Amino acid sequence: MSTLILLLATGLGLGGLYFLVASGLSLIYGLMGVLNFAHGSFLTLGAFVGLAAGNLVGAGTWGGLLLGLVVGALTGAAAATATELGLIRPLYDRHIEQVLVTVGLSLATVALFEGIWGPNPRNVTRTEWLASTTDVLGAHVPNTAFLNVLAAAAVLGGIVAFLRYTRYGLIIRAGVENRAMVTALGIDVRRAFTLVFAVGGAAAGLGGVLATQSLNYVSPHMGASLLIFAFIVTVIGGMGSLTGAAVASVVVAVLQQLANFYLNNTGDLIVVLLLALVLLVRPSGLMGRPA
Amino acid sequence: MTRASTRLGGLALLVLLACLPLLALPVPGVLPGYTYEPGTLQLLALCWLTAALALSYHLLFGVAGLMSFGHALYFAAGIYGLAIVLDRTDVPLLPAAALVLVGGVALAFVVGAISLRVTGISFAMVTLAFAQAGNVLVRRDQGDLTGGEEGLALATDGVPAALVGVVNTRNLYWLALAVLLVVYLVVLWIERSRAGHMAAAVRENEVRVRIIGGRPYLTKLVVFVLAASLATVVGMAYLLLQSGASPATSTADFTLTLLVMVVLGGVGSRWGAVVGAVLYTLLDQRLAELAHSEAVAGLPAVLRIPLSEPMFLLGTCFVLVVIFLPGGLAGAAERLAARRRPGSDRDGSGPAPGVPAPEGAVA
Repeated sequence: MSTLILLLATGLGLGGLYFLVASGLSLIYGLMGVLNFAHGSFLTLGAFVGLAAGNLVGAGTWGGLLLGLVVGALTGAAAATATELGLIRPLYDRHIEQVLVTVGLSLATVALFEGIWGPNPRNVTRTEWLASTTDVLGAHVPNTAFLNVLAAAAVLGGIVAFLRYTRYGLIIRAGVENRAMVTALGIDVRRAFTLVFAVGGAAAGLGGVLATQSLNYVSPHMGASLLIFAFIVTVIGGMGSLTGAAVASVVVAVLQQLANFYLNNTGDLIVVLLLALVLLVRPSGLMGRPA
Repeated sequence: MTRASTRLGGLALLVLLACLPLLALPVPGVLPGYTYEPGTLQLLALCWLTAALALSYHLLFGVAGLMSFGHALYFAAGIYGLAIVLDRTDVPLLPAAALVLVGGVALAFVVGAISLRVTGISFAMVTLAFAQAGNVLVRRDQGDLTGGEEGLALATDGVPAALVGVVNTRNLYWLALAVLLVVYLVVLWIERSRAGHMAAAVRENEVRVRIIGGRPYLTKLVVFVLAASLATVVGMAYLLLQSGASPATSTADFTLTLLVMVVLGGVGSRWGAVVGAVLYTLLDQRLAELAHSEAVAGLPAVLRIPLSEPMFLLGTCFVLVVIFLPGGLAGAAERLAARRRPGSDRDGSGPAPGVPAPEGAVA
């Protein structure tokens, strides 16, 4: 019983990380039709810069972590905004080229990160509380899981509130529904594009710093490995659906944890099988609009 | 240029390339030594195999408009399949290769049948996920089959002696060139066949093909399986050339580099895919050498770090080509030729259509 609780809790924590990456991917795809391969690089950059900023205050302190999270999110947002303005916008409405540009960017930036910070993972110093566990019904749940779930819930709530109660949120929602109509009504959707990229980048940067706390290391490749699962989550949840991404994050991560424990470490394969199954039954994903 | 003269030129090039191991041509700056040296031949053979692999990807992406991020899976299936069969059984090379090819076709059929249920970007992600599963299997080393991170050395018992060892690099070179030629001819044949025309039609307008009674799903599946089988064949030759299997060939990054090559050369152009692959392989090799040279080591960090990462330079090049050179090298060459001969028709070497329009694009 306690093992099951532990697996569910760590699964939820991992799901929180997946959601932080997948939410941006899903929003960007929903509004712009761009599959952003460079999203993993926003995450990695956010993690490295955020940790460096946190270390200025003090590695392993709450102040350092808080500053790291803020700086990580800002870095991710800045990198994403620069990418949108510099590389995506010139290729307006040429979706394949936009994907290709982000592919090139991800290859180049991962190599650059390797050059700057070295190819090997580096250990990070965590606060005492984050490095320990909490007893929940007999299971020793790592405290990072709580932090991840909290952050993911906050980001989900924040994005939903932003989409529902602000003018830009309205434009974005309308743009996802029917971009041509929004443009025809005289609203500049392009500013919304930049904004969506910035929000997605911020979530990814935040996810990057959180991932270093859960994994206990930071490496130039952490973005790429999280990105693949975020892709799977986005497809299973339905491209462009935020709620779908949230549900799929939890399902995928929990299933992965359970399979890793009970089925001889086959979590990654089970997830791919789940993807195949979802596509066979519902090609548009759990909550995507039917094609 | 007429079609006959193009063909003659191609044949002359082929004869020249086939004679390279017998000549002592130095190409300073491009090749590491004289053309008959094993090191040079190894690099050139790698170029030919990469070009063949890029051609198989061209069939998928350029002809059928299917952007797959999992093509490495079938390449790795060829490499690891043959390596495992040779390692675990006493089957000689040719029957083993046939067996692996059948396995590769079956794998491609199953994965293709599932992933083609979705289109566009979702298709790209689903193929990526399957390739990732393959990569996980290879790295996990279930039952000591794949050798995990260290890879698997080629068991040479079943391989003819003429294809083993540094002394016989020239035989491997000829094998690689033959593979490239065969793959080129097969791709050419498919492109000119009814299935090829159908695939191009599906790329341009799938709904229309369905309305006139075609079956887009079946067409795409056929092209997918054919491209994957070619990749499996190239993978087997790659195993012989490198005399070992490494897990790097099964990664998503490997497929991405294929995409880079095809786009660099020009999407939709056969020659573009070949030139892009050869250029990429040579650049990758030369840039790695540049990275370790003393000239770079003496530079300040701002210049040294980017210059010592070949992938950074290649990735940046790729981004610039996508933004400023639509149609890649083939497109640029065509524009240049058109400027030189105003009013003349395009030559008969096949049209180079632009990048296929994305499905479900908002108008």
